[in-house]
Amino acid sequence: MGEFKVHRVRFFEYMPTAIRAMSFNAHTERLALARVDGSVEVFNFADRYFQEKVIPGKDAHSIEALCWVGGRLFSAGLHGEITEYDLENLRPKYSLEAYGGPIWTIISNPQGTHVIGCEDGTVKLFEVLAEGVQFERNLDRQKGRIISLSWHPSGTRIAAGMMDMIRVFDVLTGHAIQRLLVDRSVGGCKSRETVVWTVVFLSDHTIFSSDSAGKVQVWDGHTGTLVKTHQLTKWDVLALSDESSVVAGTSEGTVVQFQFIAPNLQQQEKEWVRTRTFKNHTHDVRALVEIGTAIVSGGMDTQLVVRPLLEKFEEKCFASGLRRIHFPHRNLVSCAQKARLLLLQFPGQLELWRLGESDGHGKPGDILPLKTKPEKLLYLKRKGKDHICCSALSSCGGWLAYSTVSSVRLYRLQTDNNISITKVPKLPKVLRSAHQLCFSSESSYLFAASSQSSVLVISLNQSECKYVHTLKPKSGMWILIYRLCVAVDGKWLATANSDCEVHVYNLQKLELHCMVPMYSSCPSAMGIHPTTNNLTMVHADQQIFEFSIAEKQYTVWSRKLQMQGLHNLWLNRDTPVTHVTFNPKNPDQILLHDMYMFCIIDQSLPLPDQKTQFYNQMTLRSLSEQERPSHLHAFKVCKSFQDLMCMRLLDDQSLVVVERPLMAINSQLPAPVRQKKFAT
Amino acid sequence: MATLYEGFTLCGLLQTQNVSDSAIQGIELDGDSDHVVVTDTTRSVTLYKVSDQKPLGNWTVKQGQSLTCPAVYNNQTKEYVVVSDKRVIRVWRNEDLNLDKAFKATVSADVWRVHSALEGEPVVLFNRGAVRLLDALLSAPQQTIENVLSEEEIIRWSTNFVVEKQHFVLFTTEQKKMHFLYVQRLNPNTLHKYRLEREDSGAPPLSVSASLWDKRINLLYMYPNGCVYQSAVAVWGQAAALEDEEAPALPRTLLLRLPVGEGELGAASAVALDEAHVAVVGVPHPSAGTGKDFLCVWNTNFQTLQAGKEMAGRIYGQVWCYSGKLLVPHGKALSVIPYDCQKSSLASALGKLWKCGKEEPRSSVAVPSWNSLLYEEQPQGPARAVETRRSKLSRKSQSVLALTVDQVLELIKTGPVEEVQREVEALVSRGDAQDLQTSVGQLACQLVGRSQAESAFYTPGALAQLVHTQYLCHSVCPDLLLLALEHKDYFLCQLCLQLFPDIPEVVTCACLRAFISVLDGDVEMVSLEPDSVSFMEGLVAAGARGGQQNGFSPALYDEDSCDAHHQPRLHQDKTPAVQLEACPVGLHKAVLLNEVLQTPYSDSLLLPHLKDLNSQQVILFLQYLQFLYLKYSQDAYTQMPGLRSPTMTQIIDWVCLVLDAHFMVLVMAPDAKGLLKNLHFFVKSQVRLFSELGKIEDSFKELHRMKPSKDIGQYSIEVIELF
Repeated sequence: MGEFKVHRVRFFEYMPTAIRAMSFNAHTERLALARVDGSVEVFNFADRYFQEKVIPGKDAHSIEALCWVGGRLFSAGLHGEITEYDLENLRPKYSLEAYGGPIWTIISNPQGTHVIGCEDGTVKLFEVLAEGVQFERNLDRQKGRIISLSWHPSGTRIAAGMMDMIRVFDVLTGHAIQRLLVDRSVGGCKSRETVVWTVVFLSDHTIFSSDSAGKVQVWDGHTGTLVKTHQLTKWDVLALSDESSVVAGTSEGTVVQFQFIAPNLQQQEKEWVRTRTFKNHTHDVRALVEIGTAIVSGGMDTQLVVRPLLEKFEEKCFASGLRRIHFPHRNLVSCAQKARLLLLQFPGQLELWRLGESDGHGKPGDILPLKTKPEKLLYLKRKGKDHICCSALSSCGGWLAYSTVSSVRLYRLQTDNNISITKVPKLPKVLRSAHQLCFSSESSYLFAASSQSSVLVISLNQSECKYVHTLKPKSGMWILIYRLCVAVDGKWLATANSDCEVHVYNLQKLELHCMVPMYSSCPSAMGIHPTTNNLTMVHADQQIFEFSIAEKQYTVWSRKLQMQGLHNLWLNRDTPVTHVTFNPKNPDQILLHDMYMFCIIDQSLPLPDQKTQFYNQMTLRSLSEQERPSHLHAFKVCKSFQDLMCMRLLDDQSLVVVERPLMAINSQLPAPVRQKKFAT
Repeated sequence: MATLYEGFTLCGLLQTQNVSDSAIQGIELDGDSDHVVVTDTTRSVTLYKVSDQKPLGNWTVKQGQSLTCPAVYNNQTKEYVVVSDKRVIRVWRNEDLNLDKAFKATVSADVWRVHSALEGEPVVLFNRGAVRLLDALLSAPQQTIENVLSEEEIIRWSTNFVVEKQHFVLFTTEQKKMHFLYVQRLNPNTLHKYRLEREDSGAPPLSVSASLWDKRINLLYMYPNGCVYQSAVAVWGQAAALEDEEAPALPRTLLLRLPVGEGELGAASAVALDEAHVAVVGVPHPSAGTGKDFLCVWNTNFQTLQAGKEMAGRIYGQVWCYSGKLLVPHGKALSVIPYDCQKSSLASALGKLWKCGKEEPRSSVAVPSWNSLLYEEQPQGPARAVETRRSKLSRKSQSVLALTVDQVLELIKTGPVEEVQREVEALVSRGDAQDLQTSVGQLACQLVGRSQAESAFYTPGALAQLVHTQYLCHSVCPDLLLLALEHKDYFLCQLCLQLFPDIPEVVTCACLRAFISVLDGDVEMVSLEPDSVSFMEGLVAAGARGGQQNGFSPALYDEDSCDAHHQPRLHQDKTPAVQLEACPVGLHKAVLLNEVLQTPYSDSLLLPHLKDLNSQQVILFLQYLQFLYLKYSQDAYTQMPGLRSPTMTQIIDWVCLVLDAHFMVLVMAPDAKGLLKNLHFFVKSQVRLFSELGKIEDSFKELHRMKPSKDIGQYSIEVIELF
């Protein structure tokens, strides 16, 4: 296939923030996750943990707890407000001041009643209405803050974790009926209050509590007596989650499972027994969810870990593997292929880099001497409190656009000799915010995936930018568009929405051309071929489809691929493909990448069947020139580059890979709690 | 230790008219270290290749002429130089066949010697003490030669050295029974004269030799009474006025006082082999009667005989030492005896004795005792003070002492036990220990000799005291230890085992056999050296204490104790494993066995003697060794500091040796089965440990080999190839 010059970029200092709270909606199989910077992410656990939605955060808007009510997502935080999110437009719908100081926790019962725990010692009940939430009443006010709350499944009792104690409230009367005192730490300072970080109220009136003294305690909720204390750690036990078993996360990064089983084989009587310990984190576990077949945990080390409970699986499948989600399933890097520029997106700023150059030649494996070093051309801080949700760079490098939930900004860039950036004034009024931005290849149009499933078409030229049209699907459903792609010839635009629908618009007629047949999994990446105008889609479940826009049907190659099936090794990969692009010089080549590899699919070569060695690059290297052709297949996977954030093909046929090594992320994390290790 | 290897004959000797005279005038090195130039007393010079034992060339002067000095080889011109008829200097090359046709020059005065050093040109020493470089002399052969020495002064011996490109000619003279040493330096010429101190008998030195160590000239001279003195000659010293009547005495140190047997030494010679070893010919072997036909190597640091060899035939008192070989004319042959002087470990521990005294040539050198160096314990008995050679020199009580020693020796022959004991003790405790070194050997030999002759005569106290002086070694008095064994004097045995460095393996084995077969009851009453007893007590008590050391919990302790015990427990419920607590032998017996364990030996020599043990003895000994092993591994080997105790390695080595010697016997013996099994588990555990260690080592190596991943940095442009 040949040699490639690869620009190996590691200067993107992307730093995810710690996971603070999680909530799992078992009905829709969506996991909502809140990070310390206030952003909320929604993962579709039915679709290979695909990160469907990211609601950008906001300065000084931290989230302490998340909670689903039906399909609605609520959050509360130390700013003292309850926020409901608009999941289709990826923005907070409204915020309601609770008037109780900082809010530590928010939970709901199946009947749709919210309770929040406040700093001032009140437990407030809110009713969830169709159009919002409404304050109902306070329970008896206590001294000291309410850190954690748990409904009894019957909805009549609430257990509240406080400083040094747990209270049990009768919801009807609003009175506290039990007061469970929690010991202070044994070895540590007696004067430090013990914080009851979480409580879990089980249907048999057993209360679990975890606290800052490192204990998990089991209480009898009827009598208010302590049943059992499990000293897990010297540090805090931070998170608890309940289902058939109880899991607790600690500051040491371990997750401990308790199960209600008979301790002896003969014994009938069951009790809560500490059964398993998992260590998948290096730092505090701040959020834990048990989803039936797996334990999902997240914490200070920013990764989301899905730890399957292997006894729940009969056979090996995708869900039975341990998953770690490090990177967002979307692109944070834009590349101007012609101008050799990279735009790096951070929540608070954008960075524009020019790639270095080398005129040397080398044999495979060499590192070429640099003629010019990469250059940071621009550091653009966002305006306002809202974090950047998407950004785009035109391929000529002349335009730059970014969007927050409140505004879109467009800039004219000059990068040739003297760098200059000018904000384009007077953007069309309709262009208020965008989930996805995209320039046409000649930089004459800007496409913005906007609210209500619409795509705004803005024409750009030197003097002005003008609203042209709004592209809308026929159905009136307002569904989030999270992927956009434009054909190089400017004729076609494809959109993907969170209902897994892909629409193709004719840009010359400015109307919907067709809809790609529905597939159950979301496309995680799409691209339109520059010469054949075939739309290639890679889905979250790793399936690849090629759809001929002109013929409105899947291509022969795609059918062949579906007939033969993809190789198991391909299907079992861990992370979704996040970008698809093509080689303009070789129309047979499709380039795509996920976090651990990039792959060039050569459509002219035979497809691998299950017996073929899939990762065959090493083998091919060792074969002679004559033997090679018989071993070639279409999927050319390169794993030389790891922790990939982005892979693009520049116009001069050289590749750009942007790596963000996990080691570099880990090294920037705060120090974990000190643990005695062997020989230290 | 020094070793004398099997020698060979280089050439036969001509018979001279006078039987006592050697037929060899001198032996010099050729340019090749394997070649020697032998000049006989009459007319011929022969060049030999030593390793091939064959002559390469022979040159003779005409009948009627005679060679008056040994031929030397001029390394710079590759020529041989010899003097015939005292005044004719002849120079020839290897390819010249006839000496008469070679270059000749007649000089105006009688020549004593021509000397040649490897890195300098030859020097001519005239009878009257004048010195000329050969080149300068040959350019004007008839130049007048001044007289340095007076008429009566006769040169006895001479040599030359080149030290830092300075020629030195040393010669000794005799004048009216006085002996002088001259040190002549050439260019610039200076002359030093020293008086050699008179020996008591007034006899001239039998032999003088000089050697160059560390750019200093050491003179070694030997007197007929057996004393070997050493003097360091200060070559850079102040020029002393020759006219001065009283030449300064040359400071000397008594290196050795060799046993002379009956009468005085006649023809004997000493030559220094290295800093610590001296080869002596013509001196009797201390343990082989009075014959004087021996070549012996003595260690001067420890006054021990390191090797000895009987030379057949007459010894002429000549010995040369070139490049690791001793050349000794004896009888009718000239023998070449290769030798090897290994630095004894103590000498290397001291860091080459003479080097510490670099600044001052006559610096004092401390000679600590074996014991304090090897075992770091204070010597018991009469403390042997660390003394310098100079202080030895300053002692003037030698004649008095010699008398007393002689008297005591006489007394031993006939006197009653009590008196002998008293006198010997008195003599030893007089404290003039340094000069006892030779008399101690004689005393011990006498005592042992009489004890062997009369079974009633036995003086344990006196013998113990003699051993305590630490001048004795087994080779000096080989029967002592066996005598002690015979008399069941276990205390003396223990002392000997502790203090003798040179006990032969056969004796070690005899001791071992005696100790094993002795009844516990017999030995428990014997008083033994208290330190070793207390060590053994501590070891036995350690088990009784339950190993509660350093907060060891019993469980841990069990685990630590020995891997060997795990498997027997797994495989068979009850193994007749040796109980840790029970020592299979009595306390004192164990102490004695420990001494055997600590005796130096060499495997190949010990092995045949070990076979003398019977199976019961072997099993008991193995049980005891196993007990020690278990104790050591169990207590994490908390060795009590300062106490003499066998090391783990020694124990393991002995186990291996005993097993090697008696393997078949043990396999057949039913009562050895459990023991063997246990030992097998030891080995297994050791093998496992070592294989694990090997694995660790390998993985460390692998880590080392792994290249550090190349630093990619923030940005790079690489080339990849896809297929």
